[in-house]
Amino acid sequence: MLKALHKTGLVFFPAFDWAIDPTHPEREERLLYTQDQVTEEGVFDIPGIIEYKPMLATAEDIRRAQFCVPDEAAITTESHLISAGGAKVIADAVMNKEVQNGFALIRPPGHHSMRVSHGGRGFCHINIEAIMVEYIRSRYGVKRIAIVDTDCHHGDGTDNIYWHDPDVLFISLHQDGRTMFPGTGFPGELGGPNAKGSNLNIPLPPGTSTEGYLYVINHCVLPVLEEFKPDLVINSAGQDNHYTDPLTNMNFCAQGYAELTTLLKPDIAVLEGGYAIEGALPYVNLGIILAMAGIDYTGVVEPDYNPEKLKQSVSITDKIKKTTEQINKYWSQRFQMREDAGKPGDIQIRHKEIFYDTDNIFERQKERIRICKDCGGCFEIDSQATPGFHILGVHIPINACPACIEKGYEFFDNAPENKYHHVFLMDRPKGNYHIK
Amino acid sequence: MIIGLDVGGTHTYAVLLSNQGVEKSVKVTTDHADLFNTVLSGFTQLLESIDPAQIERAVISTTLTTNAIIQQTMEPVGMIVSAGPGIDPEFFRTGEHYYAVSGSINHRGREKAPVNEMQIQDIAKKMGDAGIEYVGVVSKFCVRNPSHEILIKRILNKYFKQIFLGHHVSGNLNFPRRIATTHLNAAVFSLHKSFFEAVKKSLTEKGLTVPIQILKADGGTMSLEASMHFPGQTVLSGPAASIMGAIPYAPEEQDAIVLDIGGTTTDIAFLVDKAPLLEPVGIQRGRYKSLIRSLRTDSKGIGGDSTLRVKDGNLTIGPDRQGPAMAFGGPLPTPTDAMVVLNVMDTGDREKATAGIETIARQLDLTVDQAAEKVFKTCCTIILKKTFEMIDQINSQPVYTVHDFLEGYKLSPQKILVLGGPAPFFAQKIEELYQIDTLAVPNSPVANAVGAALARTTCEVSLYADTEQGIVTAHEEDFAEPISKTFSEDDLMETAYTLLKEKAINAGADPENLEEVEVVEFQKFNIIRNFSPRGKIFRTKMQLKPGLIKGYETVLH
Repeated sequence: MLKALHKTGLVFFPAFDWAIDPTHPEREERLLYTQDQVTEEGVFDIPGIIEYKPMLATAEDIRRAQFCVPDEAAITTESHLISAGGAKVIADAVMNKEVQNGFALIRPPGHHSMRVSHGGRGFCHINIEAIMVEYIRSRYGVKRIAIVDTDCHHGDGTDNIYWHDPDVLFISLHQDGRTMFPGTGFPGELGGPNAKGSNLNIPLPPGTSTEGYLYVINHCVLPVLEEFKPDLVINSAGQDNHYTDPLTNMNFCAQGYAELTTLLKPDIAVLEGGYAIEGALPYVNLGIILAMAGIDYTGVVEPDYNPEKLKQSVSITDKIKKTTEQINKYWSQRFQMREDAGKPGDIQIRHKEIFYDTDNIFERQKERIRICKDCGGCFEIDSQATPGFHILGVHIPINACPACIEKGYEFFDNAPENKYHHVFLMDRPKGNYHIK
Repeated sequence: MIIGLDVGGTHTYAVLLSNQGVEKSVKVTTDHADLFNTVLSGFTQLLESIDPAQIERAVISTTLTTNAIIQQTMEPVGMIVSAGPGIDPEFFRTGEHYYAVSGSINHRGREKAPVNEMQIQDIAKKMGDAGIEYVGVVSKFCVRNPSHEILIKRILNKYFKQIFLGHHVSGNLNFPRRIATTHLNAAVFSLHKSFFEAVKKSLTEKGLTVPIQILKADGGTMSLEASMHFPGQTVLSGPAASIMGAIPYAPEEQDAIVLDIGGTTTDIAFLVDKAPLLEPVGIQRGRYKSLIRSLRTDSKGIGGDSTLRVKDGNLTIGPDRQGPAMAFGGPLPTPTDAMVVLNVMDTGDREKATAGIETIARQLDLTVDQAAEKVFKTCCTIILKKTFEMIDQINSQPVYTVHDFLEGYKLSPQKILVLGGPAPFFAQKIEELYQIDTLAVPNSPVANAVGAALARTTCEVSLYADTEQGIVTAHEEDFAEPISKTFSEDDLMETAYTLLKEKAINAGADPENLEEVEVVEFQKFNIIRNFSPRGKIFRTKMQLKPGLIKGYETVLH
């Protein structure tokens, strides 16, 4: 009898009436054929697969993860809030043990949206995973979380939000930034001074096939997870590594995605990108759902799948092996790198320039973080968007030490109001969000 | 005048209605081993001293197919399924003669792998040798492109009596359910056919020559001829009959709960502005899931004759029935006994009822009256709890657009209609406990037959237009036509309405009862490839809503 081996929760919210604009890849039609495939397969009838209705996320939910400029309402639509709310519903179902794991098939996506969001970047306005993760931390007190981003684009938004967080391991596998938006995610990008090595960026050469992708999972991602011992594994399940994706140059397939899911065993998967809406998404999504539920997925093969044509070259294999070795080396040196990053109590400064391709905004940031060995360290971000607003955002991490809490308030109190449109304080230990 | 006949689990009721109201009703004991004689004696008694020429309409609701499923007396039939990529079709095996074959159609209806004609011929021979007479053929995504099913049927035609095709079953996507439904149609076909041909012959001999209508699970009717293609649709028409029978008493522009409290079970359903709520995909009962259009009903194992027990100091009711109430000679105490003890009911042997409730009272450390009160109250509470769970479930059904998420309809019933033997007693108690306006449907035992008599013809069409591929289809109706790039939403609706009307008339609908048309679903998508528009996809479902035929409703008040 057909039955889910693992009870699996699904939120399916294709937002059939929402698009960035009519011809944009992030449009109404995107999950249409996925819905057709999943419905025709009778997936929602399978005992052990439970479909949940999403809910609306609130400004309070977003304020645990991000500074929205000028405010939450200005840069989100209902669809964003339902998307984030859908991820929250799956989180609740998993945390309350109603299901063993869950998959939020929602749109729009979120992984390019950073700590400060002035609008749309890479089709993302708010960061769905981060909003969900911060909800889980606040509501359920989960300590160690790993996010594995398997979208073909560097998950630079999530990378940015967890840059200084040693308790959230962020791993992104993506097509080499020299060939692809957003142009970041190189192996040397390892996280901030207090959290070096808790961000791992693994660029893969164009043309990487299933073999190469799964090599990295087996030889890097799984051993790292084994050592990190997360309480929860989250997969940002982008599907644009597929060999038919119009925006990327990779050679991954539906069977590969299903196997990746089986290996990674995510507690929660959240859909990210993926724009081969007819040839890939129906099969990839079906493969992921079946893999999560522990149902045989060997029959889920694209009609035009030809493994011979998709084989990767020897030079690609070599490159992938080298990158893997390098990442593993960084990982093994992470504690030493944090020791060497600076003296506790010092302030370290980082400058950053961010381009919002979706909304055509240019942002300059100056970030100041307190070096700390006891927590992730508080920091302030001075952010000037053109066109847009000039703000200061102060973040006190959820498990901040007393010194960092004090320093965070000092950042906030000392910020000259006349210099900024807004000054925000995200006090995660207390769960407060102040605006002045 | 019109006739409704409903075969129930214990009794069969037949009713004769005129525009003055119920003229006559008869009750015969249901003989499950001989349903034909049950139906016939119902008609015979009803038509005594009535001129059959006066009858304008006759609707029958039977348990024929339901019984065949429960007793597993369905005929062995062959199934040929072609799945293409996806879940292993072996999971959906219907029996010994089940063959998964090559060939694949994708979600847009494009052929991805051809049918292997040699393979089909081999299977045909094998099934023919095994004595198979009826075969079902289902291909994945046949509702988008049925060409593989049609091709396979052509090959099979000369070997078998009748072939049933998946795309005729429903316009809904769901391959496993389509397999189950096609199989059901094929498996009960000969039973259904011989039964109703015999009924029709006997009625004609009695001079009753109006076309016979048959009640479906969705609370609508279809003609005898139409039923031959989809005999599976007659399954569970019993609960549908009772819900239809409650409609005359339902409030307008409000939601209502319908409770049919029987001896063993209670059926729960909902009405929105006098129209019953339908299952989103099709009938499901436990593991059995189909694409058969059906009223949204659920059955709870609790009724007037449910067995009462005390387990670890807690009272339990049902789900089993060990016979009638002790007041009526049964072996174990039941809620009916509690009602007799409380003098709510003034029939039955009060002494025996008291003796039964006493055993419960002792275990609960209560007086007999207290125990009876507790039983009665608990019984109502269990039924209402289940009802509220169903409402929650309906209201938390997933939606797929921002609009539906924000504006979606929320069911909030303000009235309860109770049917079944003990309806008046329960209605009073439920109203007292829950402060919801509750009404026992008058003349309850014959309400089912009245519901069947008054049910109008229903049907649904599903249309799919793809301007990139230049085609509008309703494969369920064997309809496909070329369209231009400029095909619009209005064109789609017009086509849908024409097809719906045609389908309804073919199913025996009265042209005067074709107004209750409802657009169940409408979606529109731009097809974009490489950042430029290539066309549009339109989808719609249009239905003739279940409801009552005109001209009779008021006479019942």
